[in-house]
Amino acid sequence: MIMKSKTLTLQFIPYQEIEGLSSVKRVAKLLRIVKSDKIVLLEGKLKSHEEADLIRRTMEEIDAKFKGIEISVIDTLTKKEDMQLFEKLRKVVLGFILGARSGFTIIGPATIVKEIRQDPDKIQLFMSNK
Amino acid sequence: MIKRFQSILKRFLSRFLRKHKDVKIGLYGPPNGGKTTLANKICKDWLGIEMGTVSNVAHETREVQFKENVIIKNKKGQTISFSLVDTPGIATKIDYEDFMKTGMKEKDAKTRAKEATKGVIDSIKWLDDMDVVIVVLDATVDPYNQVNITIIGNLEARKIPVLIVANKTDLKKAKIKKVQSAFPQYKVVPISARNGTHIEDMYEAIFDIAR
Repeated sequence: MIMKSKTLTLQFIPYQEIEGLSSVKRVAKLLRIVKSDKIVLLEGKLKSHEEADLIRRTMEEIDAKFKGIEISVIDTLTKKEDMQLFEKLRKVVLGFILGARSGFTIIGPATIVKEIRQDPDKIQLFMSNK
Repeated sequence: MIKRFQSILKRFLSRFLRKHKDVKIGLYGPPNGGKTTLANKICKDWLGIEMGTVSNVAHETREVQFKENVIIKNKKGQTISFSLVDTPGIATKIDYEDFMKTGMKEKDAKTRAKEATKGVIDSIKWLDDMDVVIVVLDATVDPYNQVNITIIGNLEARKIPVLIVANKTDLKKAKIKKVQSAFPQYKVVPISARNGTHIEDMYEAIFDIAR
């Protein structure tokens, strides 16, 4: 019996690739890649209204084949309560300089990525058995 | 400079209008958090009637439900009047096969999935109309969920006051502290909408943020 191996494609998108796009085009681009069964690893993060728009557009496109998305944002500049003042200030300054470029966003098709668990220091991708 | 002035004016007007118009309080959150159970509890407490149907199957509420003229009273005897808006749960994925696992027929499951997607779209559209939002989270479920973060991020961006309720505290698996540590910048009120536990605390918190 020959076992067919499944390929999982992770597409890295540097922030500069979406920087010049309008919000509508950003969302459309990301959704197009995810709908082609690839997992997007985006440098930076979307604005909150773009995230909401991504969910809205996803809902509009759900059909028998496309079941939706799994999304998780890893914010590298999250300030923890036990951090020292200098470290907090450093993160504030970095956040000001980097803006939406800081952190990462993972978006995968729900048919491939069952769940993304953030704890919040580690990220776990649970793959679908389907 | 003009943009800054426009922003200040907009904020002032929205605060002024909030004081003089019918306040809308929305119940938002992921599916199965207990939004409709809480809406029913609020309506039962102050109007004597329930608002919607509750079930264990996700996406039971697939249309925005509205109850006008809810008047609540706090311990000091002050009252506040508002319209309560119960919204469908916001999700990033909807699979009709998940509904079939609950014993639903394929045709019904597909219809429910279609309605659920529309419900999510409507919930997002209604965000702009809210004056105050109660985010209803299931305290037995991991709160580090992007849907929760997206909802709260959008409310923050729109400068809409937020109250988080950690629901289902009657269940052993409920982890209130985890919800509190996930959203340290917000007031989190632990409640059991089903049993009515600590519901008075939630009413007091509504007074604090809606007035």
